[in-house]
Parts: sequence; C-alpha cells; structure tokens
Amino acid sequence: MAENRKADLLSPGNFVRIFTKSGMVLEGLILQRYEIFDPDYITLKLDNGYNIGIRIENISRIEELHGAERRHTVEFVPESFQAEVKKGKRIHILATGGTIASKIDYLTGGVTPILKTEELLEVIPELRSIADFSSEVLMSIFSENMNPARWENISKRVYELLREEPDRSILITHGTDTLGYTAAALSFSIGSPSSPIVLLGSQRSSDRPSSDSAFNLIAASLYAKEGPCEVAVVMHGESGDSYALAHRGTRVRKMHSSRRDAFQSISSIPIAKIEPRSGKITFLRDDVRKCDSVDKGKMNEEPKLKFSDKIFLLKFFPGMPGDVIDFLVEKGFKGIVIEGTGLGHVSENVIESIRNAVERGTIVTMTTQCLFGSVNLNVYSTGRLLQKAGVIGLGNMLPETAYVKLSWALGNFGEEEARNIMLRNIAGEYEERELMSFYPRWYHGEV
Amino acid sequence: MEAQNDWKKLGLRVGLEIHQQLKTSKKLFCNCPVTLVEGGMEDVFERSLRPTRSELGEVDIAAYFEWQKGRIYEYHAPREASCLVEADEEPPHMLNREAVEIALGIGMAMNSNPVDEIHVMRKIVIDGSNTTGFQRTALVALGGEINVNGKKIGIQTICVEEDAARKGEDRDRVSSYILDRLGIPLIEISTAPDIQSPEEVSEVASWIGTLLRLTGKVRRGIGTIRQDLNISIAGGEKVEIKGVQELDLLPKAVALEAMRQKRLLELREELRRRGIDKEDIIFTPVDVTNILKSSKSKVVEKNLSKPGGKALAILLKKFKGMLGYELQPNRRFGTELADYARFYGDVKGLFHGDELPGYGITEDEVRKVYDALGGDPEKDNFILIVDEEEKALKSLKAVVERIRAAFDGVPRETRAVLPDGTSKFMRPQPGAARMYPETDIPPIPVTKEILEKAKALKPPTPEEKRKYYEEHLGLSSNLAEQLVGSEQQETFERLYERLHGSVDATTIASLLLVHMISIKREGFSIEKIGEEKLFRVLELFSEGKIAKEAIPELIKLLAQRPEADPLELAQKAGLLTMSEEEVRAIVKRIIRENERIIKERGERAKSLLMGAAMKELRGKAQGSLVSRLIDEELSNYLKKQV
Ligand SMILES: [Zn+2]
Repeated sequence: MAENRKADLLSPGNFVRIFTKSGMVLEGLILQRYEIFDPDYITLKLDNGYNIGIRIENISRIEELHGAERRHTVEFVPESFQAEVKKGKRIHILATGGTIASKIDYLTGGVTPILKTEELLEVIPELRSIADFSSEVLMSIFSENMNPARWENISKRVYELLREEPDRSILITHGTDTLGYTAAALSFSIGSPSSPIVLLGSQRSSDRPSSDSAFNLIAASLYAKEGPCEVAVVMHGESGDSYALAHRGTRVRKMHSSRRDAFQSISSIPIAKIEPRSGKITFLRDDVRKCDSVDKGKMNEEPKLKFSDKIFLLKFFPGMPGDVIDFLVEKGFKGIVIEGTGLGHVSENVIESIRNAVERGTIVTMTTQCLFGSVNLNVYSTGRLLQKAGVIGLGNMLPETAYVKLSWALGNFGEEEARNIMLRNIAGEYEERELMSFYPRWYHGEV
Repeated sequence: MEAQNDWKKLGLRVGLEIHQQLKTSKKLFCNCPVTLVEGGMEDVFERSLRPTRSELGEVDIAAYFEWQKGRIYEYHAPREASCLVEADEEPPHMLNREAVEIALGIGMAMNSNPVDEIHVMRKIVIDGSNTTGFQRTALVALGGEINVNGKKIGIQTICVEEDAARKGEDRDRVSSYILDRLGIPLIEISTAPDIQSPEEVSEVASWIGTLLRLTGKVRRGIGTIRQDLNISIAGGEKVEIKGVQELDLLPKAVALEAMRQKRLLELREELRRRGIDKEDIIFTPVDVTNILKSSKSKVVEKNLSKPGGKALAILLKKFKGMLGYELQPNRRFGTELADYARFYGDVKGLFHGDELPGYGITEDEVRKVYDALGGDPEKDNFILIVDEEEKALKSLKAVVERIRAAFDGVPRETRAVLPDGTSKFMRPQPGAARMYPETDIPPIPVTKEILEKAKALKPPTPEEKRKYYEEHLGLSSNLAEQLVGSEQQETFERLYERLHGSVDATTIASLLLVHMISIKREGFSIEKIGEEKLFRVLELFSEGKIAKEAIPELIKLLAQRPEADPLELAQKAGLLTMSEEEVRAIVKRIIRENERIIKERGERAKSLLMGAAMKELRGKAQGSLVSRLIDEELSNYLKKQV
C-alpha cells in the first residue's frame, strides 16, 4: 500500500477497516492524538467504545468505511429545569481559566468548556435558586501562566464591574495553582470593594462526575450573597462534600497538589464555613469588612491597580551563593522577598550582597519558609545583622502574599512609601494574634 | 428444562462476560495492597456525583436519576488498603504492569491478539461504587477462540479494569461503600454469543474459570469472580443480566431469561389475537383520589397523606388478565411494569386490575375505579399509582411506554439477577459510547518485554494440564481430571513442589481429593487444617516417620486439634512407625504363636501371618516392610525346622 495513501486514510476523523500484520481486522474511527504521544501509532476508537493504539508499521491494509455516524450515548436528554429564576442578589462570573463545567464528546474524547451563563445554569440548575447570574470570559489561561500584568487586567475589570453595579458580587473562576496569588493581588488592588469578590477553582476537572467545581461554585455563590465586602477564596473545606470554607485572600495557600481541600488559611482562621446542602453559612471571624458598613462611594477614589514585575521571591537554601542577589540587582529587580529559614535567617555569606542591594535602592524583605509562625530578626545575631543591612522583617505575612504585596506597592508607590506600606496591615495580610489552635494537628500514627 | 435441541430451536444465544480479580501485589492504579480488611482505622467522607453531559446534552439515564434523587455516598476508607487515589484525591498512577502481563498471558492461552498500545478509558458508572463516577478500563487483547469439550467458542475482548468499591449499609438517601476493593485489578473476558444452551454456559464458565486458576495469579474466594450474561432467543433481543456470583446460578439464569423472552413473544401474540394496537395505549391518567381517600389500604392511606399525594389510574382496554401473565416464576408482566415505575418515577410500586381487590383495596373501590375510567371490569384492566403527583405521573408515563414496547416483543434492557435466577429490570442498556479516554494516564505501548513476560505467565489449557498430570506426574486419568477442575489444584502444586518428589504425586492428590473428602463426610471439619500442617503430615510420611496408612488417621486428629503439631499428635496416638527391629520382634512373636499352622502349611502360611501382623502394625509400619520381614523370618523358621 502506498505510504501517502496510507497516511491519508489514517487521518483523524476517518472511519476505517484496518488489517494488521498480526492478523487483526479492526473497524473504527481514527482519533486525533496528543502531540506528546508516540507518533508511530494511531489511535482507533472501536465500536464498543474502547480506544486502542495500533503501530502504523503493523498495518498491512486499510479500507475506508462510510456511513460514519455520531452515536448517541444513552439517548437521554433531560428536560430543562423550569425552576423560577429568582431576581434576587446579582452575581457576575468572571472566567480567567480552568473550567467550571464542560461537555464531553464521547466519540473523540474532546472536552468543550461551557461558557454561556444559560448553559451553565442548565448543568448546575441549583444556581438558579441562589441568585441572578451573568458571566463573561476575561481570559482563558492556565493558572501557571498568570503574571502581574494579568493581575492588572483582572483588577481593572473587577474595578469597572463594581463601579457599574456596586451591589453585584463577583465570582472569579481561576486555575488553582496560582489562585492564592491572584486572591492576594485583588485584596490589595481592590482595597475597598463595594461587594464580595470570591475566587474559586476546581481540583478535579469538570469532565468527570466527581468534579468539585459545581460544589465550589454553589458554595461560592451562597457566600457571595451574604459574605463581607472583601476578597475571599471559596473551596472545599474537607475531602468530602459536607462544607466549603471562605478564606481571606491574603492568608490562603494551596497546601496540597491534588486534594479538594488543598486551600487552607495558614496561621489564621477562615472567614466562613458554608454548607451547600442546607445553605447554612457560619461566619468565623469578626474583623471583616461588613458590607452594610461599607461606603459604596469609596470605590470612586483613584484606584491603585498596577503591579510591578520587578519583584523576586527568593527561597534561601543551605549553600545559596550571594551572587544570586547581586545578579537580581543587576537585572533591575526593585524588590526581593526572601523566604528565610526559621525566624528569618540566611547564611552570613549572603549578608554582604543584601547590604549592597539595599544601598542601591532595592527593597529587601524577610519572610519564613516555615510558613507557620513569624519572622523575628531580634533573637539571633544573624537576624540583627540582617536588620542592620536594611532588611524589613514581615512578621507572619505569607511569602507569596508578601511577594504580591511588594509588587503592588512598588507598582503604585515610590520606594519610601512602599517600605512603609509593607509594614502596614492593609488587607489582613498580618494576622495580629496567632493562637495555639492555628497550627494544624498532624497525623502521628494514632490508632 | 428443555433438551439441547429445544434450545437450538428457540435460537438461544448466550455471550459470557467473566470478571476475575487478579492476584497482583498492588492495585491497578496505586501502590495499595490487594486485600480486603475488617476493622482497623478508617477515614469517612461523604460525596455526591453529578452526571457529565455529552456534546448533544445527553447524560447517562441511571446516573441522572441517582443525582436527581439527591443520593449521598458515604465512603469508608480503610487506612490499610486505600490511599488518596481511591479517595479520588490524587490522579491515578501508571497502569499496573503486572496486571497487564497476567491479562495478556491469559489472552495468549485463548489465542487472543494483544493490542499494540493500551489506552485507559473511563466508563461512566454513577451508583457511587466508584469515587470518580467512572470505572477505569483498558482493552488489552482482541479476538481469539477456546475449545470447550469439542466446541469452539469465540473470544471478543480481554480487558483489564479496576474493581468497584464494596457495598456497605444503606440508610435513606445515603449509600455507603468501603474503598478496600476499589482499584483491585480485574480481568474481563467476553465471549462471542456462541453458547447455545444453559449447560454449555456452565461448561464454558467453568473451563474459563479453571484456565484463570491455572495461572496461579488470580484471587480466590467469595466475590473474587463475577459473571454477566448477554442472552437472546430468535425474535427476542440481546438482554444483559448482571452480577451472577455463583457458577451454579448461571444455567438457571439463562434458562429463565430464555423463558422470559419466549413468554414476552407469546404475550405479543396474545395482544394481536385480542386485536389491541400499540396506538390504543395512550397516556391518559385519571385522578381517582376521591374514590380512594377513605380506603382501608395501608399503602394507599400512607401515600395519599404525603404532600401532593394523589391516586392516578390509566385504563388498559381489553387487557383483562394480561398483567397477571407470568414471565418467570413469581414474576408477572405487572411486576415488570412496577420495576419500570420504580426506576423512572421513584415510586414504591403500583396496583393493577389483575391483583385487585387486594392489599386492602375493596371490590367496591375497584368497581368505582373502573367506572371513573369508563372501563368494563370483565374485559378491561387498569394501572393505579398512589404517590406524590409528579412521581405518579412520571411512573405512569414509563409504564405506558413499557406496555407499548410489549407490542414489539422484548426490550433491550440491563437486568440484575436475583438469588433464585430470575431477574429484574435495572436500567435501559447504556450505549457503547459512554466511554471516554482517561486523560490522566498516557497510552502504554505493548513492548516486546511485556509480551515476553506475558508469555511466561501464559497458563496451560485445562486439557494440557490434565495431560501433564497424567504423563509427567503419573496420576490416573480420573485423578488428573479431578485435580485440574478442583479448588485444591493450587494447594497440590505447592505441596508437590515443596516436597521435591519425596512424596509421589498420587499420594498427595489422593490425600487432597479422596481422603480429605471422605474424612469430611465422616463429619470431621477439615476446613481448619492449614496447608502448612498438610505439608508436615506428608513430610513425616516422606521421612518414614509415619506409614501411608496412618495419614488419614493423623488428619482426623488434626481436624480436632488444628493448632497441634502433627508429629506430637502422631506420637501420642502411637501412629509413629516402628523401627525395623521392633517390627521384627513382633513378626517373630506372631510366627511363634502360629507354629501349628506353619507346620501344616509351610510357606503358604504367609498370607495368614501377614494378616495377623498388619492387624497389629497397621499405621505403624509400612506394609512392604512387614512383608519383607515375614518372608525373612518365615524362611529362617522353616530352615530351622528342617
Ligand atoms: Zn491506593
């Protein structure tokens, strides 16, 4: 068989009969393969629904088949929900990436995200009884491709939306990897929102029945109706579907690579606990920006929506050379957030480079890679030397939050003011009191 | 039951799907051990599942109903046998190579063709038994053929898939599952519909079961093997019967399904004979709540008291007697309709004219219902559902659809087997296309290395194994055949191998297949005797410490004290073999005691002496030894006399 004819017949979308050298006769649909898959094989969808791979070299003959039809899965299309649309609280969904809902093409295995509000309400009909929804797609990126410029885009759009309609809550869907960073960014840029801003994502993609996306969206919507006027992240509170938690945007961190309850408040307590099954919300802290005491007009002030991309988040490790810091200063970085060891230390070999950096106008701040607990530069001599070199200790501010805050501070203010801002508690990024109970109880093999 | 020929005439065709757990060291997609646990620490969490939609907006109907009912799944995750993967909190790891190799090896024994590259698929299953809402499955080999008692049976596919979670207790809206079984590798073997009688189903299932066991790589015991059936008769439809666990139930389930299809075809004839048309069956529910509102029937009373509770009925003209028509023992056409009502409308059941008056509904009430429907109690029939209005309407609609389907004969259904071999409607058959790729696992090329490992695991066919036992181990053909088909076959193999030929195969096989059984028949509970103890007993025999004749005696003692050391037991019971000197002394004494007879008969007295000696020495000395010593001592004695 001519090689080009063979290649032609083997193109995705063709229904074919394949005779293999190993003696098989196979009928099915040729599917598109991912680029990372071995190019020496084709993928065939058989009549029984299974996909198999066939080595192209193993194919002796191909016949084209006709009458390719899209087979129905189970011939069941549920009736649309006729539930009354409640003209209550308005909620706007701003999509930035990741998908809340999707449809599966069972033939090709392709997954199409659902973006239209109506379609979304069709697949998650519970939303209809919560609020009156609108939605838009602002960007569609993998969360790992998020950056300060995009924080600016999102901030601008959120600011606009709140100016247009101050009482409309905003839900932002976001890939989970960097969701915490964006939450912190909005906490600073939209410092005094006129409605709740809630970020959410999903740890199990929406193309599976066990996806957590609908649960998180329902929980976030319930919270967006009643929550305080600040930025929060709403995700699963535990592995099961019993409750979700709303975390303060500056204290939340993704603590697990795959679990549903990966997002947790660190050295802090969440804003609220949400039980979607009953609709119950329990508020857990008093120091929140209650919406009824918010001056909606404040949104009209000159917004501070910019972020600097000249900030570096540097994790110190044993043996780290000081050159790294010299290099960053040379490259024009204006701010460095160090994740130091323990109470906020780095090796004495690095201190000289830090001093030079500060002298050249770089803001150098210190956080702890322990994540739990505060930096304290007074206890050990290294800490005192670092203070002397001009390093700003950031207390119990999370390293990622500190990075975002410095980016915002230097994006909108001069160096001197930025230094002051780093020390002020603007959006709950400093937890004033750390309680014994803030530290999680780990598993110690109890039986 | 009908003779072979009658099944052929009926056009019976059966395909068998065998699911068997594999004995791998780890689960299919994680490193958890393949074991079921009782007790121990566990974590508990609750989840819900939401049906996924296709491009065309379709959802799996069973999944959709489960979700609509607001089902909650409570998962128990034993720490010993489950991890984040089973909890659906971590993506699956790579497909377990060992499972693939075992499955491909089994495929080779069935002349099945391995695929070049394995793709893991997700098959939507939303009854909560999979935390993900789908079962992961992969096709590893296609085609092939087996030869069962001279008949060729085609093999369609061989798949490797993950077992589902174990069902726990249900309460109200909550179904509970235990995650230890979830992820245990299964092989699924699907035969072509080449099986033509209930007896053949048993033969094929037991042949494949034996083949699987001969790999030594499958798990044994209750729940480790499960069969599904595809059954049709001429003019009928391919109906799936799910979840047959015992081999004995297979032929019964097949015969009863064939009967059901035959009866449904007869029912269609009767409908025609009565001159009823499909178009006559229309969905026109009539509200008869008023008639029944003071009914003495407990069910009616209870359901009418629900908020929005109504009694709705539909008339079925010329249907008198048709709903009581028996399709399977104790399962009438009306029973089928009730199953549909339950599935589609989530009601508890229905009433029909052929079973009323009854269940507390009076003759007078029945007459009034007929009047309200404008029907003739002598000729017509009706269906009555009492429940919340919405549920009652949905159920009646489904019932009407099912009655209309009776005009076409047999509907395509998936049915669940019941303990007596009958079956009940489970759901309409899912399309083949409720499968989509598992994107978390890249395709696995079937390399030369994998194929070589598979080849080493390829089991012999039952016939090959029997021949081997006869020709190489010297078993009688009877014993060889018994052994191949026996649960004890693996034990035999292990014992034989551990004894390194010091005990002959026939002795081991007889112990397992003959002596053990007859000891059990005598009322001893041999189940508690571990394999290790059997090994010790055979070892004592090989060391000459006990005689072959003492083995059954020792087994009986062990049955009573399964923890005891066989050597000690033998010692206490005097079952240990005597030394040659001890035996010789006894032989000499017996010769002395029988001098008179020896003088009379000379050498011909041997058999008598042997009898007398064995009476004393049975189980304490080998017969061959006793015989030799009698020969020696008798000739000594006779020489002295000369
Ligand atoms: Zn596991």
